[in-house]
Amino acid sequence: MAAIPVMGVVAIFVFLLLRLSPGDPAAILAGDTATIETIAAIRADLGLDRPIPEQFITWFGQLVQGDLGRSVLSKQPVTTLIAQRVEPTLSLALCTLIFAIIVAVPMGILAAWKQGSWLDRGIMALSVAGFSVPVFVLGYVLIFVFSMKLDLLPVQGFASLSEGLPAFAARITLPTIGLSFIYIALFARITRAAMLDVLGEDYIRTAHAKGLKDHVVLVKHALRNAAIPIVSVIGIGFALLIGGVVITETVFNIPGIGRLVVDAVLARDYPIIQGVILLFSGIYVLINLAIDIAYVLLDPRIRY
Amino acid sequence: MRSRRFHMLVSAIGLSIGLGLLAGAASDAVAQDKKTFRMVPHSGLRITDPIITTAFISRNHGYMIYDTLFGVDDKMAVKPQMVDKYEVSGDKLTYTFTLRDGLKFHNGAPVTSADVIASLARWGTNDAMGQKLFSYTKEWKAVNDKTFQLVLKEPYGLVLDSLGKPSSQVPFIMPKAMADTPANKNVPDEIGSGPFRMVKSEFQPGVKVVYEKNPDYKPRSEPASNLSGGKVVKVDRVEWITMSDAQTATNAILKGEIDMIEQASYDLLPELKKSKDVVIKDLLPLGMNYMLRMNWLQPPLDNVKVRQAILHAIYQEDYLAAQIGNPEYYNVCGAFFGCSTPLATDAGAVGVKKPDLAKAKKMLAESGYKGEKIVIMAPTDLNSISQLPLVTTPALKAIGMNIEMQSMDWQTLVGRRAKTDPIDQGGWHIFHTAWGTADMMNPIANAGVKGLGKQGGFFGWTEDAVIEKLRDDYARETDPAKQKKLAEAVQKRAYEQVLYIPLGEYHQVSALRSNVVGALPTPALALWNIEKK
Amino acid sequence: MRNLFGHSAFRNPSVLIGGSILLLLLAVSILAPLLTQYDPQAIAPRFRLKFPSDEFLMGTDMLGRDVWTRVVHGGRVSLLVSAVVAIIAISIGLAIGLTAGYIRWLDGPVMRTMDGLMAIPGILLAIALVSLSGASLLTVIIAIVIPEIPRVARLVRGVVLSIREEPYVEAAVGLGTPTVKILIKHILPNTIAPLIVQGTYICASAILVESILSFLGAGLPPEIPTWGNIIAEGRAVFQRAPWIILFPGGFLAVTILAVNILGDGLRDTLDPRMKKRLGA
Repeated sequence: MAAIPVMGVVAIFVFLLLRLSPGDPAAILAGDTATIETIAAIRADLGLDRPIPEQFITWFGQLVQGDLGRSVLSKQPVTTLIAQRVEPTLSLALCTLIFAIIVAVPMGILAAWKQGSWLDRGIMALSVAGFSVPVFVLGYVLIFVFSMKLDLLPVQGFASLSEGLPAFAARITLPTIGLSFIYIALFARITRAAMLDVLGEDYIRTAHAKGLKDHVVLVKHALRNAAIPIVSVIGIGFALLIGGVVITETVFNIPGIGRLVVDAVLARDYPIIQGVILLFSGIYVLINLAIDIAYVLLDPRIRY
Repeated sequence: MRSRRFHMLVSAIGLSIGLGLLAGAASDAVAQDKKTFRMVPHSGLRITDPIITTAFISRNHGYMIYDTLFGVDDKMAVKPQMVDKYEVSGDKLTYTFTLRDGLKFHNGAPVTSADVIASLARWGTNDAMGQKLFSYTKEWKAVNDKTFQLVLKEPYGLVLDSLGKPSSQVPFIMPKAMADTPANKNVPDEIGSGPFRMVKSEFQPGVKVVYEKNPDYKPRSEPASNLSGGKVVKVDRVEWITMSDAQTATNAILKGEIDMIEQASYDLLPELKKSKDVVIKDLLPLGMNYMLRMNWLQPPLDNVKVRQAILHAIYQEDYLAAQIGNPEYYNVCGAFFGCSTPLATDAGAVGVKKPDLAKAKKMLAESGYKGEKIVIMAPTDLNSISQLPLVTTPALKAIGMNIEMQSMDWQTLVGRRAKTDPIDQGGWHIFHTAWGTADMMNPIANAGVKGLGKQGGFFGWTEDAVIEKLRDDYARETDPAKQKKLAEAVQKRAYEQVLYIPLGEYHQVSALRSNVVGALPTPALALWNIEKK
Repeated sequence: MRNLFGHSAFRNPSVLIGGSILLLLLAVSILAPLLTQYDPQAIAPRFRLKFPSDEFLMGTDMLGRDVWTRVVHGGRVSLLVSAVVAIIAISIGLAIGLTAGYIRWLDGPVMRTMDGLMAIPGILLAIALVSLSGASLLTVIIAIVIPEIPRVARLVRGVVLSIREEPYVEAAVGLGTPTVKILIKHILPNTIAPLIVQGTYICASAILVESILSFLGAGLPPEIPTWGNIIAEGRAVFQRAPWIILFPGGFLAVTILAVNILGDGLRDTLDPRMKKRLGA
């Protein structure tokens, strides 16, 4: 596993990026009308006046012990702040993935099965369109139609599953649909391509020749073998999700990790930025590992 | 085959929308809860210590959980709040204060003189008015648990104005253990004696703050008036929910998901006004002020003639129209200490009338300006002031100045404006900002008219011995009529030397659901006295 | 290489449709000053939020600026950013990919660094870069380029690894041909087709990322209009003045659509292997 050097690269890169950039958390903490002396005193307290290598060693030493530090502004531990925000982001990401798979995989199979038909072309046209609409424009339109005009769903916010499924579903539905578009487009294309690949293989023809029904061939033989590219794209999709999550959280006012890190960047709250980026890259590494394992499970030909 | 797939797809979509509908109905029931007040504050609360920062959101948090010795009433007169009675000695050197009965911190401990003295000491380290008061102070001493004394070195005219200071940083009273925290570190806890208690377990910095009614709070018997009088809490629970998207907040109040938006977006007011369920109120009657600040250390702005030329190229109306748009919510205002305050005056004012560009050009020519590049820092992410540099740039180009507008986010600007370096090393010439009138009501509170140069004050390093002398005289003066004369003199001098350029006064309005009654106009945010009918 | 400018690509309907739309958009952007009568930056508060009319084709924004003027001028910047991003990302990614793929001992360290970069979510990296180093055209381009580089490098490295096993390359190595010559003569040509295809996707993604940066307040300053920051500025008044968002949003969507269609078409004609991998 190359996870450790990867995380090391991320850690050093992020640290340097933050420290070598302009902006002063102490000035932000002190506020707009604060005097120069107050700001200097706060800088000293935060240790920002020490040399960068020294700051790095301190930070890295804590990191190795699992301590991500505390937010400059709120003084809360970064781990607490992240923990508070995990549920909304994870809910949104999972709902989006599941919804996109449920919609896109059948679309892709249909398109491949009826290759060249109007249905195929329609599905593919839709999927290109899905790539083209910025997620925030989609979000505003969804809110305008479903919340303001039709009055069906709440405008904003997040409800934890612990507050009951109805409350949870009411608030997660619009963000999920908005964020899903691009993934439906992506997954449908990949599914179609992978299915076409497999449908051309000899054993599928054999299966047809044996007189097996269409749906048996499609699901039992073709889909199983097409699963590998689909799974790997879903993995890549997760990494892409993070960008969309940041936007969707803003539009629908969902208190997730995306907002946490964007706010932290804008406020130069270094410990939060470092913590969240490390977390995301850790998840990325884990997902890649999971995909590798999925390969082995799905395809007996691959052995490590 | 085909029908089965379609069936799956349709039922998946149907299921999620169906669940949503069901939940929509359920959530309405929650919103009707009359004892919970939900509002969108003007920004997210992250720093909970109102003494370490001047941020308004932290000040407003302070008013929720802490109490003050004095508070201002509707006429901006200072009235006792935690103080029951006070006496001033004949020589005006000794002030004796006695606390009200029944004052208790949220942890049950009584408020004592020791707590008060420690809290004031910490405030006096950071706050500009506090620093001034402490420079006149010989000592604070506790007479007994409920009585304490301030002994001055010489008579000082602003003792009560300082202790009853309405805006940042406010002298809030904390327990001694918390107040002993160094002034450059955040206080470690949230224990006050104010009308609300913070529910720490539900605090999500930048997202949500929850307060509950403090059942032990003993309000004064007088009716509530501005930040004085009885702080009677009429709801059980207050939630501050941050929404960074103005459109989302607007939609949320239209649908009744929240009860109040502290600062409604001007551009979305027409939408709110159309609804009969929402009312628009000006809860900040003193208003806010835009200002243009220059760097006196940076040539050619070290030359007062260049600063004068710039001053004479400015027209307030242009800024207000660009930034606010609707004249209902702004007015030109040449006063350095606010246009609706006791010290309001138009002495020496420039920029309130259409500028004489020929005159400004002539002044620039006479100043010896030779086309040096002027760097204006423009914040892109702070919508409340982002248009101001876009007005200054063409205005100064019009009189023949060489302007470079550099865009950056607000936090970069805040970091960079602290730099005294030359332009080629990341220095700057001009930035714009906005201050609440409550923070600039007199020559001591207004950090923009300090003349200490590099010795202290606000960015720009304005250095002027004359203005410092006038401010000192003002601080010593105890007669309001003479104070007013001195304030006029300060303002005239500030215009002559161009300490900063006022760009006009504006009003931020709040949006409330029409069933909300009892919202008090204050220079901060008062959520006591509010109820949902 | 052989069929790069051959007629098969130009007979492909996707290439034709996508290409003509893009050419049209390009023409409109280049001719922007001729097609508009206002200054894209000039503020006119009197004309705030005007509904589209003869005078203002696409209405005006919160500062009374003409939306049509800003949209076509914004198109110049948006298209420029996307093209420059694609060119830079491909050049750097190509160099890194070739190096890593051909020089064995460099492969490990270089690809681990690329993995590290890929592990940082691209959007976050871009936001951080822009807000930390100030929003200028250059920083925005750099911020969008960096996350794209590892993807290009990986693609190129993959091509290199498969080509260097080919008999003719092994023969050239055996004959003592210098490394640089092998790279240029035998390996580089094979990367061109997939890179052109990849380039179109980078173009599309650059436009989207730029708009996301603007949306989050970390994009180009308002005096340089782009579709992204016009939309971002207009979002505060979406329900009151939807034209500020819908027109630039429409241009943005059509452009991405055209670029994607073009990319798909090019892929079909230029790179049949990739067609199998990525879908039609």
